[in-house]
Amino acid sequence: MTVPVRRPARASAGAAVALLAALALFPVVGPAFAVYVLALILVTGLLALSLNLVLGYGGLYQFHHAVFYGVGAYTLAVAVTRGGWPAWLGFLAGPLAAALAGLLIGWFCVRLTRLYFGMLQISLGSLLWIVVLRWYPVTGGDNGIHDIPLPAVLQSVVGAYYLILAVVALSAGVLYLIVRSPFGITLQAIRDNAQRCQTVGVDVRAHQIGAIVIAAFFAGTAGVLYVALERSVFPNLLFWVLSLEIFVMCLLGGWFTFAGPMLGAALMVALRTVIGRYTDLWTMFVGIILILLIFFMPEGVAGTALARLRARGAGAGGRG
Amino acid sequence: MDLSALASQLLVGLSRAMILFIVSAGLSFVLGVLRVPNVFHGSLYMIGAFVAFTIAAWAGEPALGLALAIAAAPLVVALVGLVVERTLLSHLYQREHLMLILFTFGVMLILNDVVKLVWGADYRSILPPAALQGMASAFGLALPRYNALLLGAGPVVAVAMWLFTHRTRVGTIARAAAVDREMVGVLGIDVSRVFALAFVVGCYLAGLGGALVAPTTSISLGMDHTIIIEAFLIVTIGGLGNIWGALVGSLLFGVTQSVGLLVWPQFAVVFPYLATVIVLLARPTGLLRSVW
Repeated sequence: MTVPVRRPARASAGAAVALLAALALFPVVGPAFAVYVLALILVTGLLALSLNLVLGYGGLYQFHHAVFYGVGAYTLAVAVTRGGWPAWLGFLAGPLAAALAGLLIGWFCVRLTRLYFGMLQISLGSLLWIVVLRWYPVTGGDNGIHDIPLPAVLQSVVGAYYLILAVVALSAGVLYLIVRSPFGITLQAIRDNAQRCQTVGVDVRAHQIGAIVIAAFFAGTAGVLYVALERSVFPNLLFWVLSLEIFVMCLLGGWFTFAGPMLGAALMVALRTVIGRYTDLWTMFVGIILILLIFFMPEGVAGTALARLRARGAGAGGRG
Repeated sequence: MDLSALASQLLVGLSRAMILFIVSAGLSFVLGVLRVPNVFHGSLYMIGAFVAFTIAAWAGEPALGLALAIAAAPLVVALVGLVVERTLLSHLYQREHLMLILFTFGVMLILNDVVKLVWGADYRSILPPAALQGMASAFGLALPRYNALLLGAGPVVAVAMWLFTHRTRVGTIARAAAVDREMVGVLGIDVSRVFALAFVVGCYLAGLGGALVAPTTSISLGMDHTIIIEAFLIVTIGGLGNIWGALVGSLLFGVTQSVGLLVWPQFAVVFPYLATVIVLLARPTGLLRSVW
């Protein structure tokens, strides 16, 4: 795997601010359905970004990331509907519960490596999934929980959109700082050569668990935001198929870039919305796109675009 | 709860374990020889069940229909596997595992919609012939007749796989390729063909599992989702690529689930997953030796 390139910080910061301004103004001009789709893209994008912290930067086979998304969403739903908690407390509890789940699952998983790590995570995650699926009195079983009462501000799509935009922007910023922090750099060093890091005194497992907990926290954040948008939860939120779909988003966008997974999520949600209008066979199209991608663009859309840019820059430099 | 009911329950669990074994043996074989974690293995199992349904419905007469279905459905599935392997998968063997997993996931997404297109979203079922309906009893234990048949099918597949990998030339080459594919290639053997054959054998077993399970269950979209996770976990706790490990893992799955049904029916499905977690923590690389 390659180390992500450092682009000029000022240019990307400018682009981020411009993007944020455009997103903030969008509900003024855009139709309600587009606002809804955009909100869904932001939520899914945060989920993919959080996975990429462990997958792209940590090099861990995080096969069941959706579990943390589901734990966040269900914590909020159960706390509000069964526990009678105020919504804001549920919004705080969701990410924290997800982080706790990350700590538990991560603590077990980092004992193993690669495919075994992934398999243990799938079995632990499936345990949680079955509990959610079968524990009818609390989770509603396979029906899930619907019409979760939330504050009046969130009843409208636009209200939910602004909450989602603010939290996703903040979370993405924090994730970006984490990736660039000494912790993030060490994490990437571990990905590239765990043995060498161990030898120079880095606590490899502690860093990996830390990354899983952080990723789980932000996946849980995405989970509560999903509830803010949809006001319902169902067991497929922590099913392994969703985990693989997030994986595909990271690949689609490019997991060697910071924003790639967000782009991948945007493409995937947009595709689903557009293709889903014409046919219910949209998963077939996702499958075909995925296979084309693996054959022709293994570094994802963002990765390939970056490589092109770099090659052009290098070519121009060479000629000049 | 008396003892014979417990034993009967265990026998039903064992017969279910035989289906799991047949499916996960195929997954394990492909994983061992080709190093491909095949996510669409579960789809092949589902296709096996649907094709078995179509054949049985076409034949009309139940006994003949079931016999034809079990004979032919796995061959259809093997053909699907062959096409995917030759046209796409064979170009990807040099890629890392993550890419292979995502590739097979893509195929799974496509096959799911193909099944939806061909058979629709309805539930289907196959009526077993009269001779296989009702209960068989021996030594005071009652067991549905069809499950007794399944109990016999598992060992037959196990012996057949052993004969194939140890007593045929191509099987031996496949085992050698599992250990060191470059060396096998250096000896002048066309590794690509061996891979294709191994993949087809794995797919055949998925189809066979699907065809065998068809009369005991409602055949529907989504039946691939559970089996593939279970098969992957079985292969992992058994030892990647080790077919006997797949047998041990399947037995563990089947037995813990039937014990779970007795102890706490609502959460019976939790028990095999719990057993998997315990095994993986105690023996991270599986109960038996992995070929990796």
